[in-house]
Amino acid sequence: MPEIRNYTLNFGPQHPAAHGVLRLILEMDGEVVDRADPHIGLLHRGTEKLVESKPYNQSIGYMDRLDYVSMMCNEHGYVMAIERLMGIEAPLRAQYIRVMFDEVTRILNHLMWIGAHGLDVGAMSMFLYAFREREDLMDCYEAVSGARLHATYYRPGGVARDLPDTMPQYEASRFRSKSQAAKQNEARQGSLLDFLEDFCNRFPGCVDEYETLLTDNRIWKQRLVGIGVVTPERAMQLGFSGPMLRGSGIEWDLRKKQPYEVYDQVKFDIPVGKEGDCYDRYLVRMEEMRQSNTIIKQCIEWLRVHSGPVLTEDHKVAPPRRAEMKGDMESLIHHFKLFTEGFCLPEGEAYAAVEHPKGEFGCYLVSDGANKPYRLKVRAPGFYHIASLNEMVQGHMLSDVVAVIGTQDIVFGEVDR
Amino acid sequence: MNEQKTQDFAEQLGALAIEGVTDIVVDCGEITATVDPASLIAVATQLRDELSFEQLMDVCGVDYLQYGKDEWQTDSAAAGGFSRGVSGSSVGRLSFGDEVDPLADGEPRFAAVYHLLSIKHNRRLRLKVYATDNEFPVVPTVTDIWACADWPEREAFDLYGIHFEGHPDLRRLLTDYGFVGHPFRKDFPLVGHVEMRYDPQKRRVIYEAVSIEPRVLVPRVIRKTTRKNTTSAVVADDSSADTAKGDA
Repeated sequence: MPEIRNYTLNFGPQHPAAHGVLRLILEMDGEVVDRADPHIGLLHRGTEKLVESKPYNQSIGYMDRLDYVSMMCNEHGYVMAIERLMGIEAPLRAQYIRVMFDEVTRILNHLMWIGAHGLDVGAMSMFLYAFREREDLMDCYEAVSGARLHATYYRPGGVARDLPDTMPQYEASRFRSKSQAAKQNEARQGSLLDFLEDFCNRFPGCVDEYETLLTDNRIWKQRLVGIGVVTPERAMQLGFSGPMLRGSGIEWDLRKKQPYEVYDQVKFDIPVGKEGDCYDRYLVRMEEMRQSNTIIKQCIEWLRVHSGPVLTEDHKVAPPRRAEMKGDMESLIHHFKLFTEGFCLPEGEAYAAVEHPKGEFGCYLVSDGANKPYRLKVRAPGFYHIASLNEMVQGHMLSDVVAVIGTQDIVFGEVDR
Repeated sequence: MNEQKTQDFAEQLGALAIEGVTDIVVDCGEITATVDPASLIAVATQLRDELSFEQLMDVCGVDYLQYGKDEWQTDSAAAGGFSRGVSGSSVGRLSFGDEVDPLADGEPRFAAVYHLLSIKHNRRLRLKVYATDNEFPVVPTVTDIWACADWPEREAFDLYGIHFEGHPDLRRLLTDYGFVGHPFRKDFPLVGHVEMRYDPQKRRVIYEAVSIEPRVLVPRVIRKTTRKNTTSAVVADDSSADTAKGDA
């Protein structure tokens, strides 16, 4: 009999199942993982340090690039920290727009997750379906901000501009016939809200489709049920938040428990898991997509009948309208000061947390009264989830490591910052 | 969280008079308790077991070396007019080897900030621990109280050089293998010290002294804003408690 020894396996950083640039040092006993040592930081860009040398508004774009699949939720955490420190509030319409886009972002994120998670575990077709729907939502991003991913749409005191009345259209080309373009443009004839409403009516059917593919799929269940079980007590100890915490059976959602913006005005439920395994977390996220869909619908209804400003009228924080600036000395000064120097925050510190698709995304902002943050700490949910990887995979097979990484919904932009 | 609930809890916390808690401040609807590093473990254990702060949300290092320093004088004009804010020692302007003014004697430079969350009571609390030694900052680890403190403490060690005494595995986390220095310190230049490239002659990646010029477009300006958010102190006396939030 040959002697069997433990050996060390290097996984990543260039591995499709590593979700970016995760390097894992795995100590294996045969095919069973003894210890996993994640090495992170390969995508560390020093966002928190860069932010310290720029005025507040110039850093909103950095927030998009933290968790690059849930862009607007990151911005939300950052602008909320600024707003809390300044004591300003966004107009009601802006709050509804923010909630709507937070939920659009949640669906975007969960679609990315289900696609990647499916791909990791061997369900190739999930990826294609998920990206079909993502396309529509990214068009909403584009319509409202001009960018499909890194929107930079939220501002301290509201959002950059109001919802557009038209949607971008497809054009016929060598690759897209006229009739095909016309078909794709069918839903895009009205405003953004019309397009999004059409999406919301379609989307529950799409989630049903995903569920037919996965929920009772024998292979899917074999790969997920009973894998990476975390007890509720342990989940709290490990600093879990979001679907990871709810998957372990703790009913905790900042949107309900510490409501911000207008989350206390909309109706939705919090799905909670029972077993705390990968399959439960899958079910929780699937239900979250349905719930987000209903929130978006409620926001659309409200936004259709209520108009109003979307950015605060306080010109010490938000610039005046361009037309005003051209004719009014006061506005010109405000405009000049805002774009050359920015605004100063009162001295103090604030921690603003939002229910990000991955968990609690918090921004801890220390200000010494300057026009730049003295210190910004981003509390990224994924950071704490990946930290627990060792504990979650111990005793599991190598192939389950991939399932656990998938269920943690890791994105390296926010883990490394 | 509800403002009144926060205030009540701050008072309750003050009434408990936990040993080692030197100051409790309520600002922006958030409670900050300053804790003595020597009694951090005892305070944290008590907070977790008796006040059910089950979750530690975040550990974060802060370097107070340049706190309150600006590059542009805004309150008085000299004979030559206002300063132009082009010279200064903010971190973005530093380059390799530049000196930064030290802190006044006795002022603590490094702090570790802990954000706690109680799921049971739906409350948050911030603990602030100033390290006593500025040259070799040491704070006890809380990994035995909250397991998730492991990585954020490693991060704070990596970026700020704060040593967490008793930490089971205090290695660098985010920076490169073999990195020298603690990059988030306020005397560490934004452009860094070294850059790397592939050398075709040596056929490997090499490190060289950084060639980027430090450049800051907007100077750091501190203005006394008239805006004042709701601040009140529980232990220390502060008269600004009645100043209501502007347009809340």
